[in-house]
Amino acid sequence: MVGVPLWWRTTETYRAWLPVNQINELAELQVCLCYRSMAHWTRYVHPVLGYQAGCHLRILNEILARDHSGDDTLSVLHVEADLSLHTLSASPCGSVVVYVIPETSVLLPQGVDVYIGHRRTAVLRMGAPMSVGKNHKQLLAHLEPRITQVVQVMSFSHTDITAALSDRVRLSPGSKESLADSMRSFKSSPGYEITFSLLNPDPKSHRLDWDIEGAVHSYIQPLLTKLAPLANFSIDSQILYYAMLGVNPRFDSSLEAYTLNADSLAHVINPVEARLGSNAASSNPVLNFLLYVPDAHHSPLYIHDHQKQPVASNAFHSPRWGGIMVYNVNDLYGRGETPLPVNININMEKVMGVFLAQLRLMLGVQSSPAPPGFLVEPCGGAGLADWELDRLMWSRTVENVATATTTITSLAQLLDQIGNIVINDNIASQVSSTVTSLQLAVAELEAGNLGFALQYSKEAILASERAFFDPSLLHLLYFPDDQKFAIYIPLFLPMCVPILLSLIKIASEARQRRKLKQSKKD
Amino acid sequence: DLNDKAGQFFNSGHTNNWAVLVCTSRFWFNYRHVANTLSVYRSVKRLGIPDSRIVLMLADDMACNHRNPKPATVFSHKNMELNVYGDDVEVDYRGYEVTVENFLRVLTGRLPASTPRSKRLLSDDRSNILIYLTGHGGNGFLKFQDSEEISNVELADAFEQMWQKRRYNELLFIIDTCQGASMYERFYSPNLMALASSQVGEDSLSHQPDLAIGVHLMDRYTFYLLEFLEDIHPSSTTNMNQLFKVCPKSQCVSTPGHRTDLFLRDPGRVLITDFFGSVRKVEITMETINLSSPMEPLPER
Repeated sequence: MVGVPLWWRTTETYRAWLPVNQINELAELQVCLCYRSMAHWTRYVHPVLGYQAGCHLRILNEILARDHSGDDTLSVLHVEADLSLHTLSASPCGSVVVYVIPETSVLLPQGVDVYIGHRRTAVLRMGAPMSVGKNHKQLLAHLEPRITQVVQVMSFSHTDITAALSDRVRLSPGSKESLADSMRSFKSSPGYEITFSLLNPDPKSHRLDWDIEGAVHSYIQPLLTKLAPLANFSIDSQILYYAMLGVNPRFDSSLEAYTLNADSLAHVINPVEARLGSNAASSNPVLNFLLYVPDAHHSPLYIHDHQKQPVASNAFHSPRWGGIMVYNVNDLYGRGETPLPVNININMEKVMGVFLAQLRLMLGVQSSPAPPGFLVEPCGGAGLADWELDRLMWSRTVENVATATTTITSLAQLLDQIGNIVINDNIASQVSSTVTSLQLAVAELEAGNLGFALQYSKEAILASERAFFDPSLLHLLYFPDDQKFAIYIPLFLPMCVPILLSLIKIASEARQRRKLKQSKKD
Repeated sequence: DLNDKAGQFFNSGHTNNWAVLVCTSRFWFNYRHVANTLSVYRSVKRLGIPDSRIVLMLADDMACNHRNPKPATVFSHKNMELNVYGDDVEVDYRGYEVTVENFLRVLTGRLPASTPRSKRLLSDDRSNILIYLTGHGGNGFLKFQDSEEISNVELADAFEQMWQKRRYNELLFIIDTCQGASMYERFYSPNLMALASSQVGEDSLSHQPDLAIGVHLMDRYTFYLLEFLEDIHPSSTTNMNQLFKVCPKSQCVSTPGHRTDLFLRDPGRVLITDFFGSVRKVEITMETINLSSPMEPLPER
């Protein structure tokens, strides 16, 4: 009798306590996303409201009130307005500020209703002029759908969030473009490795010189610094000699050049990839950017799209892998007899312009084209506009929360189903910290604090991945029931028989004694 | 043009390919299992999957075995026509490292932090994975290293954990052992397709011995599979239904089986290169960033 509990205790597996209830609650979680947007009314929209205090409004009113003679100044008015507004106010992460200007204003060019700048503001041209009698609330109601549209472009829209949640909620893809978008960009990860490679298949003809360190520092690093809250990036570069593309380009006599058409591009990457190598120490996803300088016999080389038209960038990219750009150098040395190899200095600005665009695509920054009537300022040297960063942060936060929730709920389910897995204390603590971080992230999302929400969601993901992929959670102890019986029965059955018999004897004696007592009483 | 581009994306939902090729038996007389695995390795590399995305596990070294009369070679055909060892082979798990535990760790991703990248299966939700197992097996189990076994339930659970963590988009499982079909009976996760060289109760037989080397060189199923794959090139449009017809009973003596009920797409629309090759999806870069405008000084925050 003593042996049974002892045996039970010694053969049970150690399983630390897990907050299963809270995990189940997470499975039903509803996340509410709140953004802060402010609308400012400029003068001439409404006589009373326009005179509000605030220096940013004053500046905008000044610009509006200026005498706009001479067409040259018009085109950059909105840019100037954007810049001067921002030297004053720093809108917090996740918020959108909309300035409403009157219909007749010339701040925005003709045909443009909304201008979205580099930071977090938009300038919205008001529709039909309102009569004086309307008050603040009515004006707001009138403009609400348009302001909502602006905010959706700048922060997030329904399709963005459903795409981010695709891990957890299996929805049918809204459109082919959105499915292509979701396949193209990398999933959220704590770090990424970026590798720039220069491929020189013909070192006898070209001696290539590229200032990659300087180029990365000037052009790529600003983008990566801005993206620092999202992930860590590590960059390296290499030069590969005698690396051919693996596909034979066709000679097009009309262009006097070699062409690669879009169908053969798919086979270009594989032969090169074997030689690219990667950092053995980390498991982060790798983005490869290759610059290929064609050999002298196949120069110049142009990429043609599906319509057989040459591509302006002369580059292509592969989803979740990286991009390749073909850089033609044959116009850099004259037709005459130049001694080989020719020293060529690569124009890194052009190259980085293409790589930066591809990098933005790979990281999920680019999205669907803006609705008609919108003018979006191109990001230029900064690499990323603030509102694009916010957009990315919104979708990454939601993705992180969804992934961490899926991970932790499936881990709980797995541990529940397989009774034999040992759950160590460190796993339990990781799970608890995931649950806490997730709850905090959701709370911050509701409050609209995007920065904190992203941070908590990153912590949640890290903890959940560490818990799920812990090496100690390997279940190798599959014992089918018949094997368990086969082991225990020959051991315990012979022992059980005398024990049972004696128990029956004790029970019958106890009954007899009770009967005697009762009969004595009577 | 957009339809064209988008169409290429929708034939399959994957952006990268992985392969996990495992030979589970050791000893010189199991030469054919190593040759099986190496021939699939060779086909997969030829069709484009790079070494960085192949996890090759060989339980014993046949090429440099002291009983090999032709060192540094592993042949697949009796007239030594095809050396599947080649000169560019990268074995990730070798010898005693090939254990049930390591195999399951590779699949589920629960490897110690010190494991290098080449030994990990770093697949994501858009990866198509090919898993090939060969060795000695029985009804519901596969023998590893002559000392331990993996059961079909453990394998099914491992795939389910991969699915939970979205470590694959679609998975093709091929097994060449005796009673191989029993190994895929217990699968229950979506998007799995399985092929086996023999049904429950049947033995998979080897192909032919080579008198110079002294052992059987390959198993029948993989021999005909290799023959089939040699005709595939990276832009082939051969689909899975042809793969199911490889090695009929007349050639194989055993009856190969397959299982597609868990697979969402119609096998007739699945290309061989979706699993054995690595056909990249490619998009033209339409936009570039203009970096020549002077960078505005960012205000200090």
